[in-house]
Amino acid sequence: MRAREAPGQSNDDKGVRQHIISVLVENRVGVLARVAGLFTGRGFNIESLAVAETEDPTLSRMTIVTGGDARIIEQVTKQLNKLIDVIKVVDLSGEHFVERELMLVKVRAEPEQRAEVLRITDIFRGNIIDVSPKAYVIEVTGDADKIRAFIDLVKPIGVLEIVRTGPVALSRGNKAIS
Amino acid sequence: MKKCGAEIFVECLLKEGVDAIFGHPGGVVLKIYDVLLDAPFRHFLMRHEQSAVHAADGYARATGKPGVCLATSGPGATNCVTGLVTANMDSIPILVFTGQVPTTVIGNDAFQEADIFGITMPCVKHSYVVRRVEELARTIKEAFYIAQSGKPGPVLVDIPKDVSQAETEFTYPREVKLRGYAPTYAGHSGQIRRAAKALALAKRPVLYVGGGTVSSNASPELLELAELTHIPVTTTLLGLGSFPERHELSMGMLGMHGTYWANMSMCEGDLIFAVGARFDDRVTGRLDAFASQAETIIHIDIDPSSIGKNVRTDIPIVGDVKTVLRALIDELKSLKKDWQGDHHEWLQMIAAWAVQHPLKYQQGEEAVKGQYVIETISKLAPDDAIITTGVGQHQMWAAQFYKFRHPRSFLTSGGLGTMGYCLPASIGAQVAFPNRMVIGVDGDGSFQMTSHELATAVQYQLPLKIVILNNYYLGMVKQWQELFYNKRYSHSYLGTIPDYVKLAEAYGATGFRATKPHEVLPTLQRAFQTPGPVVAEVVIDSEEKVYPMVPAGAALREMVLA
Repeated sequence: MRAREAPGQSNDDKGVRQHIISVLVENRVGVLARVAGLFTGRGFNIESLAVAETEDPTLSRMTIVTGGDARIIEQVTKQLNKLIDVIKVVDLSGEHFVERELMLVKVRAEPEQRAEVLRITDIFRGNIIDVSPKAYVIEVTGDADKIRAFIDLVKPIGVLEIVRTGPVALSRGNKAIS
Repeated sequence: MKKCGAEIFVECLLKEGVDAIFGHPGGVVLKIYDVLLDAPFRHFLMRHEQSAVHAADGYARATGKPGVCLATSGPGATNCVTGLVTANMDSIPILVFTGQVPTTVIGNDAFQEADIFGITMPCVKHSYVVRRVEELARTIKEAFYIAQSGKPGPVLVDIPKDVSQAETEFTYPREVKLRGYAPTYAGHSGQIRRAAKALALAKRPVLYVGGGTVSSNASPELLELAELTHIPVTTTLLGLGSFPERHELSMGMLGMHGTYWANMSMCEGDLIFAVGARFDDRVTGRLDAFASQAETIIHIDIDPSSIGKNVRTDIPIVGDVKTVLRALIDELKSLKKDWQGDHHEWLQMIAAWAVQHPLKYQQGEEAVKGQYVIETISKLAPDDAIITTGVGQHQMWAAQFYKFRHPRSFLTSGGLGTMGYCLPASIGAQVAFPNRMVIGVDGDGSFQMTSHELATAVQYQLPLKIVILNNYYLGMVKQWQELFYNKRYSHSYLGTIPDYVKLAEAYGATGFRATKPHEVLPTLQRAFQTPGPVVAEVVIDSEEKVYPMVPAGAALREMVLA
């Protein structure tokens, strides 16, 4: 299984890696709770979770980032498949895939730093979506590396608050998960 | 034609071939109970909803058909949780119908409201809250299908009061379409061929058989396979009865309290063939030492998540045991191997272990031994008797010393180990088979958890025979306290309360007591011949322990012997 490695971050020699798992589920009451409950109940970790309707309103897609060695990921996939409401489970980390995440950052922007914040935002093709005397709220979209790089750059300036959606992902090419 | 939810509920059960349900009424299910009064199938009023679920469970284990129970909302529903988890752990097909407060007040902390859907989410195969009466029929059909198919399991259906009263046109769907659910029954033919070849080459193979073989009704195929290949058979607690224990290839139960020779065969075997078993920790002992001599592990399981979960598998076969074994037998026959005299040395090795360390106990003149009571029951019971147990020493002795001959004849709580299972499960089994003898082997601790169900047994004159092995203690707890906690018997002494004979008579059943070894046989004989529900208390020695024993954290090989 190809791992999704983050730059500057070495993977544990026990084979513990981060995986992005795309789960196609019935769009019904309780499905999210059942999937989340499955993770907690069996001691699997949820690093992030994004879920919404797909092109078919009776189906939702959940994108879950979880970590573990090959055996744990195998169990996660198999246990998810057992759920009646789960239609398909794909570990995208094993394929070519595209991934994007949206982040909103409230950055401290005192007069001396405002220009620098604007410059960084431009470089990252972010958008300033809120302006106030001492802060900007900036929207940034990108893969995990880009998001992390942006945070690293604005941290010294002063990060007041961050909210992230967690990644969503699709496989490359013309095959669809369903 | 228009029907209300309650009528649809009854109609659906009829369409599913239900002939008996176990339940307890309450406020939000009054409409259902009103319609139930005229239903053609029987309803058995239990005294506690936990027992209603255990009864449905016992019914299902004994018959292979799904068991059905009905409870009201709030406390009625929460009382079902233990029974649900019991069924879930052992993969038993049951339908648990709970009433719920009206949809208009759900989430309002209404009277007798409990989020039973939320509470039971991790311990059901699937569950529903029916929010519109138009969904009720399809939901019930799906629920029955899910409970019985693939790896069986409990399904909860929560029915709000207003849904049971609302009316709609009733049509029972002809089929069920579930996009996310497609169990695999036929095993992969390539894997089956690999398995056949491996079996043909193995010098010291072991058949490790579990509850999946019973669920799949695969005993005939198992017998044919074992006799074709001369491979010795050991079963888990839940697999007992799937292979006749008097057969020369039977090694009895394996695991924490399994026989010495069954466990040694797993330790020394070069091929482990797991059939409908899940390598539970009670069986494997310490995992890093498990099956150390096995070059090949074959595993048939209908649940893909059980394969490779605890133990590495070399030849996994996802599928239904019966279907896969049939294909495997055909494949083995096509190999045209002469199996005669095969594994002769291996079988002799196993026989030597059995002689070296047989199951043993000393029955003297003074104190009755629990094991002796089980052996007596085994001799007296008719061929088609059904045995149920509680949990503890008595359960392990029943597993070790009763000689099981048929599948679905041993009903016991394995995965969860629920004390109190015995009496209500006996009720379920007796309802299923009114003309077979149902013998409940119980402990004094376990019996007290659900003893009130004697009222149910008497109300419906169910002729079950409960034998209480009374050692005045929580026997298994005492054993562990003696062996691992310096004999500090912390709160494991129950004492001589109650007088079980008087208790039985208070409910209107017949009570017997034996206190000395020479009384055991005649007392049990009389008890088994007495009509109606019977409780026979046998006072047994509390010093006796269950051996062999694999202590927690020890390897399977490190059995403590008597």
